[in-house]
Amino acid sequence: MTAPNHNWRKFKNALMQAVTLACAILVVTPLVLVFYHLVKEGFSSINWAFFTQLPKSVGESGGGMANAIVGTFILLGQAAVLGVPIGVLGGVFLSEYGSSRLNWWVRFTADVLNGVPSITWGMVVYALVVVPMKGFSALAGGIVLGLMIIPLVMRTTEEVLQLVPNGYREAAFALGIAKWRTIVQIVMRTALKGIVTGVLLALARVAGETAPLLFTAFGNHFWTHKLTDPISALPLQIFAYAISPYDDWHRQAWAGALVLLLLVLFVNAGVRVLTRDRFKRNA
Amino acid sequence: MAAIANNMIVTAPTPPTAANVTALAVRNLSVFFGDNHVLKGVSLDIAARAVTAIIGPSGCGKSTFLRALNRMHELVPEARMTGEIRLFGDDIYAPGIEPVIVRRRVGMVFQKSNPFPTMSITDNVTVGLRLNGLRDRKLLAGRTEQSLRMAALWDEVKDRLHAPAISLSGGQQQRLCIARALAVQPEVLLMDEPASALDPLATSKIEDLILELKKDYTIVIVTHNMQQAARMSDFTAFFYLGDLVEFDATKKIFTSPAKKQTEDYVTGRFG
Repeated sequence: MTAPNHNWRKFKNALMQAVTLACAILVVTPLVLVFYHLVKEGFSSINWAFFTQLPKSVGESGGGMANAIVGTFILLGQAAVLGVPIGVLGGVFLSEYGSSRLNWWVRFTADVLNGVPSITWGMVVYALVVVPMKGFSALAGGIVLGLMIIPLVMRTTEEVLQLVPNGYREAAFALGIAKWRTIVQIVMRTALKGIVTGVLLALARVAGETAPLLFTAFGNHFWTHKLTDPISALPLQIFAYAISPYDDWHRQAWAGALVLLLLVLFVNAGVRVLTRDRFKRNA
Repeated sequence: MAAIANNMIVTAPTPPTAANVTALAVRNLSVFFGDNHVLKGVSLDIAARAVTAIIGPSGCGKSTFLRALNRMHELVPEARMTGEIRLFGDDIYAPGIEPVIVRRRVGMVFQKSNPFPTMSITDNVTVGLRLNGLRDRKLLAGRTEQSLRMAALWDEVKDRLHAPAISLSGGQQQRLCIARALAVQPEVLLMDEPASALDPLATSKIEDLILELKKDYTIVIVTHNMQQAARMSDFTAFFYLGDLVEFDATKKIFTSPAKKQTEDYVTGRFG
């Protein structure tokens, strides 16, 4: 039974397995290292005050990033209001309407936009919103993040709608259900989890954006009461503290980075739980 | 035409039964997908309250024919048709007639059962009514029971109407799809190989159901299964390469077809 080169073949198999395993470990390593370092440097600075207090002025110790945390959520909320409807409906167009020629261009554009450096987005919104409004604002920050999620949401929405078997569309059409109702009540409902997943992942991705916010939201050491005022955000605060000369601020920057990473991890884990049973169906 | 398959009894050709109300009158129907001429000038009359089977080898245009009967073929972007189809006298391709309206009168059941996975059993049955604006709960509940009974599914699901539709077995799912199609009270039911993905037991249930349904509905069924066509249908149309080769009473088609091609196909010599 044993072929002459059986052992050699077994060796090659084991070798390839080892190489792929090593690569898999390499993929995971950066996340583990980053996480380890953040916990080591930042965990000691995470306390109740970090989540509830404003930053203290230079020289005073303590204080927190409450305004930056809230600011990040306000910016993401605005981004969602602007970007989700446009992105989702754009994805619906690509998947359900559209001609293949037009779709090719829209997809191409979206993919190019996905690759545009984020600082470019910041400059564009600076020119289009900040300059005419004569000042940095939370609104401009929301707009830039909203614009950035549109192509992301559009592409993921299109992809999950394409996963809905055509049989469901046909079944609905054969019942005399109008096309728009079929799309909203049958197709989008079937793909709802996937759409929500795409939205959450897009928001998680822009949650850490710093460069575009430097030109738009700008940052703020205090609470922001109007959307037309500058607003703080976690990445902005981390940036400001990290380049400062004070050890206390450095520690807070580490803590801020840890909170931001946990936020993104949390969203990703939540999405996993949400979509766990998605392919268990025997459709 | 002489030679007949050895397992078939030769009898004198019987004329079509005297149902004689035409549900669908098809005249000179041609369908094109782009440059592809899929159906070539088909004319036939489909009798009301009878089962008409469409047979023929793969790619002969039988599914396209079925889909043209409720304008489902229009979902293919480059599809176009010529000719005329009248549903109880109404031209279903007349200008100003929306496909949506035609499809409410001509329902369809597909090869692969496709209950909506996000909906319960009841919601699946009533979806065609609800999404066309019907809100009356009593009416919806009544129609649910009526449709499920007609689809011979009521007794199996009446205690779990709010369970997810995809919790049903394959055969039950297909009967649910039939109930869903019946709930909008169409005049004609089109079936595209409705039992080909089911086991023999589930298949025989579907066949019994079809025989029951023809008392009230006009049924057109596409099938690859010769025995099924012979067992269930009153009329059979044999398509080959986009042409309607022969259309007659089922008994005639299976015992003494007029064309050699038909005979070869139903006796399993080609196709």
